[in-house]
Amino acid sequence: MFEGIVIGLTTALSFTNIAMVLGGVLIGTFIGMLPGLGPMSIIAIMIPVAISIGDPSAALILLAGVYYGAIFGGSTSSILINAPGVASTVASSFDGYPLARKGKAGKALTVAAIASFAGGTIGAILLMVFAPMLASVALLFHSAEYFALMVVGLSAIAAFAGTGKVAKALLMTVLGLMMATVGEGALFNMPRFTMGIMDLQSGFGFITLAMAMFALPEAIYLVLDPKRSKNEAGAKIRDLRISRNEAHQIAPVIGRQSIQGFLIGVLPGAGATIASFLGYAVERNIAPKGEQEEFGKGSVKGLAAPEAANNAACTGSFVPLLTLGIPGSGTTAILLGALIALNVSPGPRLMVDQPEIFWSVIISMYIGNVALLILNLPLIPYIARILAVPRTYLIPFILFFTMMGAYIGQNNATELLILVGFGVVATILRFADYPLAPLLIGFILGSMLEDNFSRAMQLYDGIGFIFERPMTMGLLMIAAILVLLPSYRARRARLRARGVADGD
Amino acid sequence: MSLDRWIALGVLLIGMAYGYTAFFTMDAALPPFMRNNPIWPSTFPRILSVMAIIISLIILLGIEKGSGGPREGEIDYRRLGQYKIGQALGLLAMMVAYALLLRPAGFLPSTVLFLLVGAIVLGERNYKILVPVSLFAAVFVWYLVQVVLGIFLRPWPFFLG
Repeated sequence: MFEGIVIGLTTALSFTNIAMVLGGVLIGTFIGMLPGLGPMSIIAIMIPVAISIGDPSAALILLAGVYYGAIFGGSTSSILINAPGVASTVASSFDGYPLARKGKAGKALTVAAIASFAGGTIGAILLMVFAPMLASVALLFHSAEYFALMVVGLSAIAAFAGTGKVAKALLMTVLGLMMATVGEGALFNMPRFTMGIMDLQSGFGFITLAMAMFALPEAIYLVLDPKRSKNEAGAKIRDLRISRNEAHQIAPVIGRQSIQGFLIGVLPGAGATIASFLGYAVERNIAPKGEQEEFGKGSVKGLAAPEAANNAACTGSFVPLLTLGIPGSGTTAILLGALIALNVSPGPRLMVDQPEIFWSVIISMYIGNVALLILNLPLIPYIARILAVPRTYLIPFILFFTMMGAYIGQNNATELLILVGFGVVATILRFADYPLAPLLIGFILGSMLEDNFSRAMQLYDGIGFIFERPMTMGLLMIAAILVLLPSYRARRARLRARGVADGD
Repeated sequence: MSLDRWIALGVLLIGMAYGYTAFFTMDAALPPFMRNNPIWPSTFPRILSVMAIIISLIILLGIEKGSGGPREGEIDYRRLGQYKIGQALGLLAMMVAYALLLRPAGFLPSTVLFLLVGAIVLGERNYKILVPVSLFAAVFVWYLVQVVLGIFLRPWPFFLG
């Protein structure tokens, strides 16, 4: 292994390759900030450039730089303007945006950069050590377990919505799942719930929905209540640095979430999105009582958790790619395409036949990560200054970018009308204190959930898989406990409060 | 009845319509060979519709005790008239207009118009800065998307090609 690292390092540390990684990180960061262009699309766009380089290591290093840059850029837009352009950065906006609204945008970006860096680094180390072993464990997960894992993720999100809001969060989750069934599913060759409208044939667009749920209501709120943006525009960008106390708080979070995120990332199909949501939910649940209240209102822990998990999961998704040749996510699928175009075929024999490629992928990911930290930390004050733009300019631009995000992906102007319609609905939901994140999460996981459920049903010829597979059963029981626990706790607290009052 | 219960009622109706489709009309088009499958296209929607109906009833009937009044810093919809509702509706109308204009009028004119009018609706009156900024932004984004990324965006109105 040590020999491999040396091979990888010597290839990666040439002048051209370092220039590649720096260029890649910059391109990735800036394009990634536009909502609607996630790592997947940016890598797809960069592939022709990478292939024309010819040298597989240099190409991979460029792509790794772009990849990490794009992930960071995506977090930037969800933190600064609450517009997550990629599913895996949705969780980062839960606490990142409140932090930015408190005038701590610089700190939020710094936390995000450091957590991503740590997540990516720990992920890369775990990848080096455990890749061959983990590949066989991932194969133990069948559709039934994937289904159960997603049910756990969804119930965790709903359960942690806060007292008195579990039913609302669950309702939003179910609504999201229902929206995911619109259009043609993967397993059934028939359109469902399209009401005969052609534009719904392919279902609702993820980016349209993400913009409508988060960015648009926020922009409408900013318009409705000018005070909201005043403290933002007026506030200086202060608190760039993380205090010693905060560093102490987030260090264990990053450690835990890097490992958990990596392990989830290894499962093909689970990926960074589930890792970030679960990471957020887990950290919220195990935080002390006082800090739990902070989650969703600008907790550094709540930002560090999804960022670390998301990056570690991205690295983890390379395990099935490099060892089995199975791409576990959209991004790794595109990278697989790039690797094949570069005459490298990932699979069980890659480590034996072409060790230098295997190691240069790992080292290049690591270098992309370091370059990201070095380049972006000094840039953060300038990026954060976006928020100092006067609201008369900022709001039209936010609206314009949300529309571009929805339009570029589909090239369909009806998508914009859907965006406005859902945006209005989302604003009304927000008026009534319905949480919007569960809806979007339900929508994102909906099709995966149904596919895995259907596959398990087909394999076991009915619902029996729940009882025949102990791991599925266990995960589903965790989900049930998660949903029922908060109302049980609230009920007990109410009873106790009443009892005390009676006693007086 | 408070807004959140009205919404629950709305979701209940949606859930019932959705459930009606899933239980009664959807499977009519199912080919006979698929009827032996343990899972039908309507299986998952049926589960969802039942869940949606149950949960919306829980909220509608107030079984779960709510957390009370509006949170601090959030907008209180009961006093919506005190907020800048006109500006918000104006911007939403602008977005609809943008959606309808984007194809026929082309990207550059509609974007410049959107950014200009949007800022004016919000009260910006410094045209010396506003006009160049909108022009620059529209051209810059068009250049980025069309030329750098290679995604087609028609710049000019339909009669100019």
